[in-house]
Amino acid sequence: MVDELLFFMEVLVGGLLAGTMYSLVALGFVLIFKASATFNFSQGAMVFFSVLAFCGFMQDFNIPFVLAFILAALLMVVVGLCTERLVLRPLMNASEDTVLMATIGLGYVLEGLAQAAWGVEVRRLDLGIGDFPVPWIADNLKLFISALDITAGLVAAIMIIGLFLLFKYTKIGLGLRAVADDAGAASSIGIPLKHIMLLVWSAAGVVALVAGMMWGARAGVQFALVDLALKALPVLIIGGFSSIPGAIVGGLIIGATEKILEVYIGPFFGGAIEGWAPYVLAIFFLLYRPEGLFGEKIIRRV
Amino acid sequence: MKPVFMTYTKKDLINLAVCMVLSVLIIPTFIKTEYWYTSILIPWLCLALATIGQQIVMGYTGQLALGAAGFMAAGAFAMFNLILRVPELGFIGSLAVSGLIAAAFGILFGLPSLKVRGIYLMVATLASQFFIIWMIDKFGWFKNYDSSGIITAQDIVILGKPFTTPLAMYFVCLAVTAVLTLLAMNMARGSTGRNWMAVRDMDIAAESMGVSLLKTKVQAFAISAFYCGVAGALFAFCYLKSLEPVAFDIKLSFKILFMCILGGLGTINGAFIGAAFILLFPVLLNSVGNNVFHGAIDATIISSIEQVIFGLLMIIFMIYEPLGMAKLWENLKQKFGSKLTSSNIKNLKSSLSKKF
Repeated sequence: MVDELLFFMEVLVGGLLAGTMYSLVALGFVLIFKASATFNFSQGAMVFFSVLAFCGFMQDFNIPFVLAFILAALLMVVVGLCTERLVLRPLMNASEDTVLMATIGLGYVLEGLAQAAWGVEVRRLDLGIGDFPVPWIADNLKLFISALDITAGLVAAIMIIGLFLLFKYTKIGLGLRAVADDAGAASSIGIPLKHIMLLVWSAAGVVALVAGMMWGARAGVQFALVDLALKALPVLIIGGFSSIPGAIVGGLIIGATEKILEVYIGPFFGGAIEGWAPYVLAIFFLLYRPEGLFGEKIIRRV
Repeated sequence: MKPVFMTYTKKDLINLAVCMVLSVLIIPTFIKTEYWYTSILIPWLCLALATIGQQIVMGYTGQLALGAAGFMAAGAFAMFNLILRVPELGFIGSLAVSGLIAAAFGILFGLPSLKVRGIYLMVATLASQFFIIWMIDKFGWFKNYDSSGIITAQDIVILGKPFTTPLAMYFVCLAVTAVLTLLAMNMARGSTGRNWMAVRDMDIAAESMGVSLLKTKVQAFAISAFYCGVAGALFAFCYLKSLEPVAFDIKLSFKILFMCILGGLGTINGAFIGAAFILLFPVLLNSVGNNVFHGAIDATIISSIEQVIFGLLMIIFMIYEPLGMAKLWENLKQKFGSKLTSSNIKNLKSSLSKKF
């Protein structure tokens, strides 16, 4: 009995921590959605692009870790700048579906550029944190929990707190919220719209880089990261598109449910149900609470 | 639902005749190389058919769906099992039934569209994509317990006659695509299509006019999935000649989405234009890479460039012409058409004669 409970705990904690990895990707979506009501479908591609750039700097040019990180972050700022200038500004008055399509196109561009510049083969990324159980926890609590999972959890927590403080207590955050509420009104009282957009896209780029580093350390830096990032979509639906805590809670729910279902129900169906289970879970959420757990209620005006 | 065959104008009939002569007489007499049939014309027809399916749900009904490849897989594997287990149905019968099976999936996964729209619906339809592929992959029955993972498709036999040469397969695809395209055009022009468009343009207004949202949306999803299912079956049996779930992954769904959007949302001819472009552009790029640069550029670089160009085109079209290539074509026709009408020429002549 105790063993079973321990096993369940292990699955649960592993799932929750793996869920924070989804949260990290979802965070980038939320940032952009919050500030511009734009759904950025290219967030997954940004994860892939940024971490591949980071790996490229580090492995091809032998640039040290910190410098490579800064360079990759700067590159993401440039990407944000170009996106704001070349994609978002011309589409200022377009419908949200049109902007969504354009971000799908942007995703294709980023994926293609990344592969053209740094090749298609899978790269190993060693952050110096092993993806194996921490001995101390294994000895004392008899739970096998990967060090990488714990790091991802910590990093996610730090980023959430930072972003939360930014949105809540700084003048920039106030501007961000104003722009999200009504871009026209915000710009008419003198909030510089393009600076805000640039800032948000750069922040989303850096978040993507961090998320990519975590995923890359686990699964290798490869094209499959883009598909993994798609799983951030059910996370967002569960948590709500405009809520930072929602991204976290959604990630935790998806991570935990997916692992528990996989371990306890998966064997009856031949396994690998984690490929679709999050999406089906998201459908059920959509039927009962379309705005997500923390999202603002969707009101459509006629 | 009233049949609308009568409302064809003279122009439509001329277009139809030109397309038929071109595809039935001219192409088979002038194109003799197998490569053209097996690698370009057959996949073009199949993918155009799937894109029409995507058009119905996205271009006409305005529902953002991203799971065309899932329904194609459902159709393809339904076809395989029907031919294997119910041989009495024959090829055409099996094709129709596999379309219906795909339509059943379409109804099931289209139901969330009653509640949500936009990106939310997109996520819900992604569930169908992943679920259908997983189901086929995990339950051996669908693959007739074949362990190799790739099953060879059965030969196409219609009324006792084998259709195995590329040309014969081309005709099979052509016939099916032609019939379904005409049907789609009819639906789009008739009351069905008007309901779809009413829901697309403003669902609340449509509902208050008495258009049932439930019926219209579910119908659109069902018909869309039917088209995708039939296209998937043709794609597997005429083009791939094998069945494997991996061939119908999310990448194919994105490809069909691109064909639909770049071709032109809400147009049937846009489906053909878009499919042709997405299919031919990589071929062109590869031949440029091989002939101009003599293989100096790596194949992976070429495919990356292709991806970048597709993405850029998507952005450019969204900014400058959200209605896609079909609208560009329309604009071109208008520009040159208005210059060349007979009255214009007469005016031109008279003004010229006055001058000189």
